[in-house]
Amino acid sequence: MRRYLTLLGLQLRTSGLLAAQYRWDFLVDGVVSLFFMATAIVPLFVVYGDGSRAGIPGWSFGEALVVTGWFILLQGVLDGAVNPGLQAVIEHIRKGTLDFVLLKPADAQFLVSTSKFHVWRVTSVVAGLVVFAVAFDRIGHGPRLVDVAASGVLLVSATLLLYSLWILIVSAAFFVVKVDNLTYLFSSIFDAARWPSSVFPKVVRWVFTFVLPLTLMTTFPAEAMLGRLAPQALLGALVGTAVFAAVARVVWLRAIGHYTSAGG
Amino acid sequence: MRALKALPALMRVGFVESLAYRAEMIVWVFATTMPLVMMVLWTAVAEAVPVVGGGGKAWGSTAFIAYFLCVFTVRQLISAWACWEMNYEVRQGTLAMRLLRPIHPILTYAVGNLAALPLRAGVTLPVVVLLLLTQAREHLTRDWRVWALFPFALFGGWLITFFANVAIGSLSLFMESSVKLMEVWLAAFFVFSGYLFPLDLFPDWLSAIARWLPFRYQIGLPVELMTGVHTLESALPLLLQQWAWAGALVVLALSVWSFGLRRFQAYGG
Repeated sequence: MRRYLTLLGLQLRTSGLLAAQYRWDFLVDGVVSLFFMATAIVPLFVVYGDGSRAGIPGWSFGEALVVTGWFILLQGVLDGAVNPGLQAVIEHIRKGTLDFVLLKPADAQFLVSTSKFHVWRVTSVVAGLVVFAVAFDRIGHGPRLVDVAASGVLLVSATLLLYSLWILIVSAAFFVVKVDNLTYLFSSIFDAARWPSSVFPKVVRWVFTFVLPLTLMTTFPAEAMLGRLAPQALLGALVGTAVFAAVARVVWLRAIGHYTSAGG
Repeated sequence: MRALKALPALMRVGFVESLAYRAEMIVWVFATTMPLVMMVLWTAVAEAVPVVGGGGKAWGSTAFIAYFLCVFTVRQLISAWACWEMNYEVRQGTLAMRLLRPIHPILTYAVGNLAALPLRAGVTLPVVVLLLLTQAREHLTRDWRVWALFPFALFGGWLITFFANVAIGSLSLFMESSVKLMEVWLAAFFVFSGYLFPLDLFPDWLSAIARWLPFRYQIGLPVELMTGVHTLESALPLLLQQWAWAGALVVLALSVWSFGLRRFQAYGG
């Protein structure tokens, strides 16, 4: 365990150094984050017509904005921490250079997933926090400390879910090689997570909760922050996440057994 | 002239290729289901009280259903993905193979993208068109002259999409990857094209901006023609603007391409 923490520290430091080298990326990523934040919020403004329209049933503007904030935050996590490492695996598989990772005396899944962080995407996290501030300003009172803690726990579980989903997609790369469109597919389906899940019909909501758990990533943490998530739901989300992560791990181990190096 | 003679063969090859990569195509189709999500969302919003747009038009649930089914249809037919292909080929050096062919490379991208559309339309559109005709027929235009303009608007929309792809894709000759830039373009496209909501729901100042951007002419205009927002007289100037954008993007794309190509050095080969 200690060894893995040291390794994680090392990998983070390399990414940090890399980010420091490409300082201009900070500016570019900052601008891109701002832009993505704007494009995530504009549809919400249109739906609520700045107060003149009824909006999403059961959600006030401020409350729906909290969901959007979670969406922006998780997009940052996805682009900054989950995506780069796993994108590298796909490249490894295609080129046959995964051998070099597999030969190293540490868990391969750990090594590939921590190999690359896009540090400057932290700007999205800041953007998410700004959106929360605006949202709670609209609502009129801040969140309770307990609720913030609960949503913090859900943030960890949402990150783990995102990561597990990605591991599942990457595992597919061992079988079909060309998965860059799968990653594209995932990010476009993830787009649906910007809306509170209650707008979807029952069947779709069920799929988004139990099969492709988008609800657990944005709507649940937002509800927790607003203090209206039932404790059972919180517990269920945590158990569900654990199961999902375990499944992803098993699938990864199976998939890696399928890896036939490209000979290089 | 020689290129014209090769076109039918290229089309055939492109179509067969799209058949061969049909699984991949299904993935791309699934990636364009956002209008259906938005349809569900907006019908929920409009359920209690109709949503009133900028021109005073009241949007009820069925109006939204018609609108987003049309958006989905148009989205399928104006698809282009040359930017991703170009990025991939530049990085891998396989662009060299394309350059060797005695046909302008951009034409081969265009034909490749166009040739995949029939299969894509064949898979997605029958259900959607059936739904449109049974559920929301009264929201479609009945003016045959507007319908006559529709193919031109559709092709104009495709031209804008394709040449924006080529212009941004050509930038990969200058930088490591221009896919990120394409994502920025797409994010703007989602907001300003009418993909997520009808543009007349924008506040006035934003819809004024949207009128001057190219995105609205990719999705918004063809959909507005289908849903009968325009008469022949009001549609023609818009169509002209659309084709002006298409022309500007053609010039831009071709010049970025030819400047960038001077820098291209394929590996080994």
